[in-house]
Amino acid sequence: MAGQGTTTDAAPADTGRHAYLKNGEARRPRIGPGLRTFLIFAVLVGLGALIFPSSYFYRVGTLVWINTLAVTGIVVLLGYVGLVSLGHAGFFAIGAYATAILPSYGIPSPLAMLAGVGMAGGLALIVGRPILKLSGYYLAIATLGLGMLIWMVLSKEAWLTGGPDGMVVSGMNARNLFKLVGLKLKSAEAWYWVAGFAAATGAAIAVNLARSPSGRALRAIHDSDVAARSLGVDVARAKSRAFVISAIYAAVAGALLALANGYITPETGGFMHSVEMVTMAVLGGATSVFGALVGALILTALPQVLTVFADYEHMVLGGIMVVTMIAMRRGLVPFIADLWNRRKS
Amino acid sequence: MSELLQFLVSGLTVGAIYAAIALGFTLIYNASGVVNFAQGEFVVIGGMTAAALIGAGVPVWIAAPLAVVAGMLVGVALYRAAIRPAREAPLVSLIIITIGASIFLRGAMQAVFDKQIHRYDGFSGDAPLRVGGATILPQSLWIIGGSIAVFAFLAWFLNRTRAGRGIKATASNRMAAALVGINTGRAMNLSFALSAAIGALAGVLATPVTFTSYDVGVLMALKGFSATMLGGVGSPLGALAGGLLIGLIEAMTAGYISSDYKDASAFVVILLVLFLRPQGLFGARITERV
Repeated sequence: MAGQGTTTDAAPADTGRHAYLKNGEARRPRIGPGLRTFLIFAVLVGLGALIFPSSYFYRVGTLVWINTLAVTGIVVLLGYVGLVSLGHAGFFAIGAYATAILPSYGIPSPLAMLAGVGMAGGLALIVGRPILKLSGYYLAIATLGLGMLIWMVLSKEAWLTGGPDGMVVSGMNARNLFKLVGLKLKSAEAWYWVAGFAAATGAAIAVNLARSPSGRALRAIHDSDVAARSLGVDVARAKSRAFVISAIYAAVAGALLALANGYITPETGGFMHSVEMVTMAVLGGATSVFGALVGALILTALPQVLTVFADYEHMVLGGIMVVTMIAMRRGLVPFIADLWNRRKS
Repeated sequence: MSELLQFLVSGLTVGAIYAAIALGFTLIYNASGVVNFAQGEFVVIGGMTAAALIGAGVPVWIAAPLAVVAGMLVGVALYRAAIRPAREAPLVSLIIITIGASIFLRGAMQAVFDKQIHRYDGFSGDAPLRVGGATILPQSLWIIGGSIAVFAFLAWFLNRTRAGRGIKATASNRMAAALVGINTGRAMNLSFALSAAIGALAGVLATPVTFTSYDVGVLMALKGFSATMLGGVGSPLGALAGGLLIGLIEAMTAGYISSDYKDASAFVVILLVLFLRPQGLFGARITERV
């Protein structure tokens, strides 16, 4: 399982950033942080399933977990290393469209997913390496351009992608996975469990990554490029690795969305979707996977509850970004965790 | 041959718009070190405000300056409400703030105006002039002239006036500038106001040719970025040259390759510049102070 991290809670060097993870749990050294994250996510997935009254709720829930997975990738890039990507929807869409297109060429869905994820990761590697040697602004600008380029290809090449109208995704249904073990679920429910499992696994991997040597290197870069370099960290390479990892997260999420929805449009790769992902991370708190979850939950559920949201979507998203950055720079989860810790001590 | 000439004319027209946006970027970047992702929104504010006023029957020669002033006010508001409170914030926060501001302004424009595409008549009419086999709109001359005027004005203002030299001093070293008695806060306000005014002016001039709507700001910003990066970040001459070049590349792409992908050429230029020559054509090699 993903949680067999080498670090345990006995490790004393756990400061600030992750301190809220171990509130009151310091006396349980047997469960690694990755596994613990996985279990917390699993409990939340189960809780959702307990209270959801209809397929509609399962569908929104699926969306929350898929977004959480995608935003976890942003957490790795933005929270761990301090880099902004404005084109992550592009990687998301590559995963989605590969999963949609390749099956009609005789490639089974799981392989198509894998191919999409590979393509997104490969593209991130090729594009990221030279750009990440430069200052932080350049990645934002380059990914903004790259994302728009991908969106443009998806909307113009109608022979392949169905153009602006999007395309139907046929292929694997998660129900069949559960049938194998004798469980009969509606397909909305089945996808909910699959998406929840994916988000939990992704979160566990990200948590373990943060505590691995290369994760520490990333966080050192976040604090200071130069200081990290002087400690022997290959900064460009570490950044490039984080960029590829986060692109992979986005692509997996995109592939899942394509299969779960059965339909995709180029807007999944659009600029506003990239902005949405960054906003989710910033709002929840880009330094932790729980921030990703909270941000994804709020911004996925809000439009379902508030219909006015659609009219003022841009103002709400933009306003959240500006206000969060000025008033609580680290986002909701760390902000609340700080309040909680202060009250206790 | 006349075809090529036609592409040159239209390339220089849109290129002049990108050059103006790039000059606005450069001004803010030089003064504050902030890459303002909301720069494209000023262009939209200028265009949309002018379109709304002209649509309401206000004559062009009143509507145009009012639109520029509107852009200027938004620029100052952006600095005071979003940039100044976060002045000590790390780079990544500033990036997120200006992106957030850009999305917010886009939404505000959609709420204040509408989602339609707007245009109004060119300042000197829409009857095309014939120049050696190509046709040119009178408005194109306004646009190209406007950009050159902006460039000349900036060169004069930054080098010859007290306020302009204050901006340059603040850019070079804020602390030192404050120590010799320059009001650095005012210099920052001024650079945001000017930069927004330049963007809004570009929007006012361009709308009869390129049309405008609430959501073109990001695209405009991106074209401005590619112009800035091609020319070399921080160099006003580079911004001008980069803008015109991007316009020409775009027009040639549309003419000879595919009009579907004319917007793509700017992004490809960004990526190529980053790969091959990150300092741009006129920029000094990038070195960062630690």
